[in-house]
Amino acid sequence: MSAPAFAVEGLGHRFGQRRVLNKVSFSIEPGEFTVLLGLNGAGKTTLFSLATRLYAQREGTIRVFGMDIREQALQCLALMGVVFQQPTLDLDLSLEQNLFYHCALHGLSRREAAQRIAAEVGRVGLDDRRRDKVRLLSGGQRRRIEIARALLHRPRMLLLDEPTVGLDIASRQFMLDRVRHLCREEGLAALWATHLIDEAGDDTRVIILHKGEVRADGGAAELIGETRAPSLRAAFETLVQERAAA
Amino acid sequence: MRSIHYLRCLVGVAIREWLRFLNQRGRFFSALVRPLVWLAIFATGFQFVLGVSIIPPYDTYIPYSIYIAPGLIAMILMFNGMLSSLSMVYDREMGSMRVLMVSPLPRWFLLTAKLFAGVIVSVLQAYAFLAIALIWEIEPPWYGYIAVLPALVLSGLMLGALGLLLSSAIRQLENFASVMNFVIFPMFFASSALYPLWHVKEASLLLYRICEINPFTHAVELIRFALYGRLEPVSAAVLVTATVVFLALAVYGYDPAKGLMARRGGE
Repeated sequence: MSAPAFAVEGLGHRFGQRRVLNKVSFSIEPGEFTVLLGLNGAGKTTLFSLATRLYAQREGTIRVFGMDIREQALQCLALMGVVFQQPTLDLDLSLEQNLFYHCALHGLSRREAAQRIAAEVGRVGLDDRRRDKVRLLSGGQRRRIEIARALLHRPRMLLLDEPTVGLDIASRQFMLDRVRHLCREEGLAALWATHLIDEAGDDTRVIILHKGEVRADGGAAELIGETRAPSLRAAFETLVQERAAA
Repeated sequence: MRSIHYLRCLVGVAIREWLRFLNQRGRFFSALVRPLVWLAIFATGFQFVLGVSIIPPYDTYIPYSIYIAPGLIAMILMFNGMLSSLSMVYDREMGSMRVLMVSPLPRWFLLTAKLFAGVIVSVLQAYAFLAIALIWEIEPPWYGYIAVLPALVLSGLMLGALGLLLSSAIRQLENFASVMNFVIFPMFFASSALYPLWHVKEASLLLYRICEINPFTHAVELIRFALYGRLEPVSAAVLVTATVVFLALAVYGYDPAKGLMARRGGE
């Protein structure tokens, strides 16, 4: 059996005395679209920061296609595409310049970069804005570019941290459809962190993270069934409260 | 990662730095105006206050403006080095630092690439200053313009590495301004940029000793000698050592497992 695209085992993290992640374990297979659902402060961004070596990982393991991120950080990073919660485009550079910069950081030649940029920008429907400064683009357009950017080096695993925050309904749907399509058609694995419950469809696998711990992990329909809740939102609330009360 | 990947990354980081620089024309303008103000006003005013004797590398009495020109070039490099590190703090606040840090290359290389990119911009500004300084008859021999290039690069690297180190220790932009005051001005004034060190020695032996160990003094002297086609080996050695130390500490500072980022809990 091949290694999962992304696997965390007993992952923990603390800031000083404050524990933000505690024994988090789950794995994602290639082609799987998984929603990491949690309220603000649940530990989602910390998990992403550990997975992208922005924070030093001390407790537990993170593996990307079987490789330990502590031992083979560079190989792991090469296989991952990341969309950060915080916008990370350079506003004073053009859309194209931002993307060329990313390609250079991943060691792509100028020609190869130009071809991939043309393809990805076309896919997110911003072909005519390539030379515009990012500052002139709307929030939704910027987010689309960040998705396009995360795909330029052809990763096999996508990490998306609250990618739709602040977007209108159409842009949100576009982002979701695009990533689901990539998982279905191109076998990418995606971990989509969000606090917006309606971003998980009935057929989606959902991992509920609350106060640094995994509270539930399963299909959305399954979680609804288990909790006998009328909706995922109600199931989420039940799961989060149950443990808090316990 | 093959070596071509490293090269492409370096070029990419340099292009970005250059594009950012072009977008901030005010930065270029002020980077040039600052030393020119010193040259046009300060040097003229002090012309007859400070006596400059014949000291190497000059073989005759020189006007004060010629004496302070290397110091002003080093000043450009220092401001630029600090500003490009300031942009690291800005990048960190704006999030674009994350893009750099998650690229699949070793962190030391990414920081060094950033440093080199800043130095390219600094060196071009230094040459722009030398071109304008011709108006004040600051005319080193033609070969001085070539010989000064490695001195500019080395000095730029040292000052950029210092800036990088500071940026690794600073969390917010506001803090950077105060550190600039505590670093830039003392380094500039406690150096041979504005007055020959023998003058300082006459006034205060302690200050003289401080000036002597100040790496900025060595940047100024390396540039001063290089403009006349001469190498100042002690200064070169000090600058190489200081660059390596500052860069190593900066890499340590940016290491999430060991440095200041770890103590702060990230970013």
